[in-house]
Amino acid sequence: MRHEDGSKIASPEQMQEWMKQTMDWIGGIAAQNKFVGGTGLLFADAKVVHHNKMVTDGPFGEIKETIGGFITVRAESAEEAAEFAKGCPVLQGEGNTMEVRRTHKNEGGH
Amino acid sequence: MKQQELIPHLFRTEYRKIVSVLCKRFGFDQIEIAEDIAADTFLAASQTWPYKGIPQNPVAWLYFVAKNKAKNHLQRNLVFESKVSEELKRSTDEAYETGIDLSPQNINDSQLQMMFAICQPSIPPEAQIGLSLRILCGFGIEEIADAFLSNKETINKRLFRAKEKLRQENVKIEFPGPAEIDERLGSVLTTLYLLFNEGYYSSSQDTTIRRDLCDEAMRLCTMLVENKLTGKPEVNALLALMYFQASRFNARIDQNGELVLYDDQDTNLWDAELISKGAYFLNCATTGNTLSKYHIQAAIAYWGTQKADTPEKWKNVLQLYNQLLQIEYSPIAALNRTYALSKTAGKEAAIIEAEKLKLSNNHFYYTLLGELYTDIDNGIARQHFQNALTLARTQTDKQIIQRKIDCLA
Repeated sequence: MRHEDGSKIASPEQMQEWMKQTMDWIGGIAAQNKFVGGTGLLFADAKVVHHNKMVTDGPFGEIKETIGGFITVRAESAEEAAEFAKGCPVLQGEGNTMEVRRTHKNEGGH
Repeated sequence: MKQQELIPHLFRTEYRKIVSVLCKRFGFDQIEIAEDIAADTFLAASQTWPYKGIPQNPVAWLYFVAKNKAKNHLQRNLVFESKVSEELKRSTDEAYETGIDLSPQNINDSQLQMMFAICQPSIPPEAQIGLSLRILCGFGIEEIADAFLSNKETINKRLFRAKEKLRQENVKIEFPGPAEIDERLGSVLTTLYLLFNEGYYSSSQDTTIRRDLCDEAMRLCTMLVENKLTGKPEVNALLALMYFQASRFNARIDQNGELVLYDDQDTNLWDAELISKGAYFLNCATTGNTLSKYHIQAAIAYWGTQKADTPEKWKNVLQLYNQLLQIEYSPIAALNRTYALSKTAGKEAAIIEAEKLKLSNNHFYYTLLGELYTDIDNGIARQHFQNALTLARTQTDKQIIQRKIDCLA
């Protein structure tokens, strides 16, 4: 899950709604026995360690794009995984994207 | 209590205690001897009491007789192996008595340890349940056969093989060490959960046996809850789940022994006392940081005890199923989740999700699709119900599906 601008602040009501939508989305995948695991990432208290080992607060420098979390699914193909990704509520935010990647250790996992 | 009721009653409550204590003393490999001595004790009671009258303290009488029989057995063995231990032979009666400890504490511990001994992942779940019923619940072979819709020979063979396996593995009757306890407790809880479900959902028409299975599962779970070593949050959660489910026991089966579906149940028959006990144990389960599948199922079962069909209820149930499926997938949880979704997001949305489940050999799947299509497209609904009817195995399930088809017309 990639957010175009992670520094945007959402209202608690909005967050709760997203939370519910995310749970429904994951629940739908889990109901097909295709959910493996997932982690949401908090935007607060983030650090960036730069090339010269300088540490700055927050992931947001010049580019505000950041990773909001990831989930692992058991999909037959990248296409099927992309179908799952389409349901992610993160995509409701303009500019946000979902990236589908195959994991290394489990052949067939996306 | 009259004599003809007293002995079966005592058999149910005391047989397991005697077997557990003796077996712990003799070792698991001698379990048949422990069972024989316990059975002989009850035989002696049934032969003596009718003539001499019921003793003042029947339980103490049983323990005394069992202890003597055990002592005789040990003595016989000792004479046989006299060369090995000359010294012991000369010692007094007390030597035989040590170790046969029928104090409440040892009775309790022995039963719990026996639970851990039986619930080994190396033997199949149905054998674990069978052995639990025989040894920990004092069920007769015939009763076990009835509960499993099987026959005596099959059950005897199953139990024999399971005991052989446990002997080979050199199973000890003891508490697992602190490092292992959580994992081993998992197997015990699974067996109790299945034992309860066997009673709650089984197709056996015998309501008394079904109720007994549920009661026994709850009794064993209560023992675990009350013990310091095993009274963990997930054990409390499982007991809460059982209480919530058991509260509807009388409402879900009618006078003819037929299943009454949730929506058609007379809520006056729901047992408020059991519901409040469930709430109590669910509350006890919230200490600590564990959120087990039993916590979530207990929370779902809690909403099941709420009569009002509110959006609030279904929103919560949907979220709980979302969580449950992430911990452990099961087809029935997937189907129930989709039903909850239809209650919050509407039938059309639920149909889209349901058709992704692809549980095409499951009659509940087609029953759910039939339900969802009812009033949207009754033709398609009928097809799904017909599929469900073809796949359903038990008479009860077939009747329920047939009633739904009749309602479409």
